[in-house]
Amino acid sequence: MTTRVGVVTFPGSLDDRDAQRAVRLAGAEPVALWHRDKDLHQVDAVVLPGGFSYGDYLRCGAISRFSPVMDTVIEQAKLGMPVLGICNGFQVLCESHLLPGALTRNDSLHFICRDQKLRIENADTAWTRDYSAGQEIVVPLKNGEGRFVADEHVLDGLEAEGRVVARYATQGAAADGFGNPNGSYRDIAGITNAAGNVVGLMPHPEHAVEPLTGPTTEGLGFFTSVLKQLVNA
Amino acid sequence: MSLDTVTNAEQTPDSAQPWAELGLKEDEYARIREILGRRPTGAELAMYSVMWSEHCSYKSSKVHLKQFGEKKPDSTAMLVGIGENAGVVDVGQGYAVTFKVESHNHPSYIEPYQGAATGIGGIVRDILAMGARPVAVMDPLRFGAADHPDTRRVLPGIVAGIGGYGNCLGLPNIGGEVVFDPCYQGNPLVNALCVGVMKHEDIHLAQASGAGNKVILYGARTGGDGIGGVSVLASETFDATGPAKRPAVQVGDPFQEKLLIECTLEIFAEKLVKGIQDLGGAGLSCATSELASAGSGGMRIELDTVPLRDNTLSPEEILMSESQERMCAIVEPDKVDRFLEICEKWDVIATVIGEVTDGERLEIFWHGELVVDVPPRTVAHEGPTYQRPYARPSWQDALQADAPTAERLARPAGGDALKADLLKVVGSPNQASKAWITDQYDRYVLGNTVLSSPEDSGMIRIDEETDLGVSVATDGNGRYTKLDPYTGAQLALAEAFRNVAAGGAKPLAVSDCLNFGSPEDPDVMWQFAEATRGLADACLELGTPVTGGNVSLYNQTGETAIHPTPVVAVLGVIDDVTRRTPIGFGEAGQLLYLLGDTADELGGSAWSQVVHDHLGGLPPKVDLERERLLGEILIAASRDGMIDAAHDLSDGGLAMALVESCLKGGNGARVVVPEGLDPFVFLFSESAGRAVVAVPRSEEVRFNDMCGARGLPVARIGVVDGETLDVQGQFTVSLAELRDAHTGVIEALLA
Repeated sequence: MTTRVGVVTFPGSLDDRDAQRAVRLAGAEPVALWHRDKDLHQVDAVVLPGGFSYGDYLRCGAISRFSPVMDTVIEQAKLGMPVLGICNGFQVLCESHLLPGALTRNDSLHFICRDQKLRIENADTAWTRDYSAGQEIVVPLKNGEGRFVADEHVLDGLEAEGRVVARYATQGAAADGFGNPNGSYRDIAGITNAAGNVVGLMPHPEHAVEPLTGPTTEGLGFFTSVLKQLVNA
Repeated sequence: MSLDTVTNAEQTPDSAQPWAELGLKEDEYARIREILGRRPTGAELAMYSVMWSEHCSYKSSKVHLKQFGEKKPDSTAMLVGIGENAGVVDVGQGYAVTFKVESHNHPSYIEPYQGAATGIGGIVRDILAMGARPVAVMDPLRFGAADHPDTRRVLPGIVAGIGGYGNCLGLPNIGGEVVFDPCYQGNPLVNALCVGVMKHEDIHLAQASGAGNKVILYGARTGGDGIGGVSVLASETFDATGPAKRPAVQVGDPFQEKLLIECTLEIFAEKLVKGIQDLGGAGLSCATSELASAGSGGMRIELDTVPLRDNTLSPEEILMSESQERMCAIVEPDKVDRFLEICEKWDVIATVIGEVTDGERLEIFWHGELVVDVPPRTVAHEGPTYQRPYARPSWQDALQADAPTAERLARPAGGDALKADLLKVVGSPNQASKAWITDQYDRYVLGNTVLSSPEDSGMIRIDEETDLGVSVATDGNGRYTKLDPYTGAQLALAEAFRNVAAGGAKPLAVSDCLNFGSPEDPDVMWQFAEATRGLADACLELGTPVTGGNVSLYNQTGETAIHPTPVVAVLGVIDDVTRRTPIGFGEAGQLLYLLGDTADELGGSAWSQVVHDHLGGLPPKVDLERERLLGEILIAASRDGMIDAAHDLSDGGLAMALVESCLKGGNGARVVVPEGLDPFVFLFSESAGRAVVAVPRSEEVRFNDMCGARGLPVARIGVVDGETLDVQGQFTVSLAELRDAHTGVIEALLA
């Protein structure tokens, strides 16, 4: 039986077809999910893709969080279903309180698109098992509001519990993709929930899955990780 | 104010009307009265004034634009030509591609963010209206001096507007240009290009036919923004003492546009529309009159059914409003329900506002009363035509006589001086890295971007199974065109053609955005006449038809016009995008070849501007036969794996091409000045018809044989190697030093 990975389309989702492509290239079956439909159509995992859902109006992710589909996603995530939020999807996960903290305007005040060096900190989540802790990868980053913020108490908790999934790698030249691109606290690029099934990530691994169109193919690991987890489950 | 109905207009023939304030000339107003056999109503006057504006009617330019049709080369690729929202080109495998470049110059100076944002929005709807999914955008931009205080206001706003709108639409921005010159200080040029892809059978046209078919307006509500944008803003010269024109700039909502795109594509997929038109310049006036005019002629509109943002708007204002994110579709009655259902799915407001009728008149009602009753062709397609006087400017000869000879402009002598000039050119705003700008644009979304800025062209995969792709490059050099408009326009085409070929794609078709000063100035009109003649002749010779485009006149402040700036976009097709050729020197040991002939041609060059702030002489010569041959060699070499990198030579000559290819690929180069060539000319001449390529050693014999057999002059000039650019016997400069000079320039001036 093929593994089914749902990709939600909200009004204003942009990287939904890209997430579907990445799911397909990883060997799973992508299933398009519609924001108004509560039914997850028997998917085994869900990706909330990048984009500007509802135009980022009010606050990024704040309106999508109330979409009918999110009721079911939140319910299933709490039961252990793997959920990956990329960029805008990460913002939706924070607004849904599946993940702590918030994503605010980049410290440069500009949208930034670059090939970003990341360090995988936690290779035990549903979405990162195909990496090793400390591994550095390059994937595209593109956001205007990607600065991860949380209070000290929350940040300390995330660190203590090993829930920082990836950080922006800063020890190297900007031309090679190093550096904190948006002022995220403690260089945090992605985090997970306590159970390790819900991951939010600001950069875009789905754009690093083909040598032709991406800077690397090092983003594919997020999608193969979840596939292995589900097949082994 | 009482409603000005047709009956009222008939009864009050002598009422004074604000035709002059709406931008109409006296004879144009008289002609409207003659067409209607009475005075126009207020609503009719509003419609004629916007549709007969320079921007919509091309009244000054169309006598010259005719050449693009008359001199059209035989091309089997053209599916839809000039006159529709955008031209459509066959790229094989059942795919058709539509593309167009347009200007949004005037609004972007008044209100940089919204002006540039709605420029993207408008061109994207043009492409969508042809039936295509928009797949990429590009922005050719021109600004005043980089260090001028007003550039700090204009540029960051324009870049943020392009990014803010385009990123939110989910369209990759894959290239364009950024040029600084004091001539654009009060008139920045913001051109926007969009590419769309469809299957042949999905082509849609803007026409209303079939009596009883419904007219549906869908998308955003109509507001008071952008009233008179085309007539007031785009068709008049800026005047320092005039009132602020900000209310004439539209405000964009990219989220609404994204919904409109997805909703429209779903509607197309179910074949629910007979005809479709986007609402851009001149809003509903344009959409209704053009749809009716291109169809059978008759249409009846109930204007009070149009959803409004502001209930106080008058019928005139509703007809003139340029509120963004709106489309108008002609739908058969039995398909209306399904059409509205899809709109509801995407949260898009859709309203039946009228229907196609048997008659030949466009009738518009306001609460049951007839306020417009016109033959639509007279509004949309039979606007005035001017034969504007033109004459070669009195200063042209003196400008051309002021050639940048070695006597006139001191040339660098010796290695140290050459290196110093190289670093000046590399670090000048026009040649410096534009990453600070292009990094504010999403180049990855949709996952099909194969090449993007700073590559020579932007390339998009259009089929994931077959790897079929298209590429686009835009070019235009106002300095060359000022020196010789005929040649300058040809050079713009030649460069875009070469850029597309350098990436490995075969050039197929052209779209152009012709940015000039006031057509009321005979000097400017001569530049326009010469440039269009040059471009039409060159398109014929290169076999690349003009599929559409846009003219932007009145780009001048007071008496001073911008440099004549025809921006030319060339679309190419590539059967296998995995064969594309990037500009970066990726592998040490590969051999560098200079293709083409290098002559002492420095007129209008980057070197003469950066080092001497000089503009004079003649631009480089054009040899279109050579351009075609060079293109064929580049394409064949790419397809057959004979080259791993290629970069066209243009601004800054070979020196700049080497620097960019070294920095992009992260490898240095060792080059030797060929026997008999002056090192300065070798490095800085801007002779056209040239490219530098990196050839793997295993391919050298085959590559040389091909060039020899085809008669293309080539010179082996060096090898990819090390961490420096080493011009042997002259100077050595490290990549680190070049990178320092090349990066950080724009942000230091503007951030």
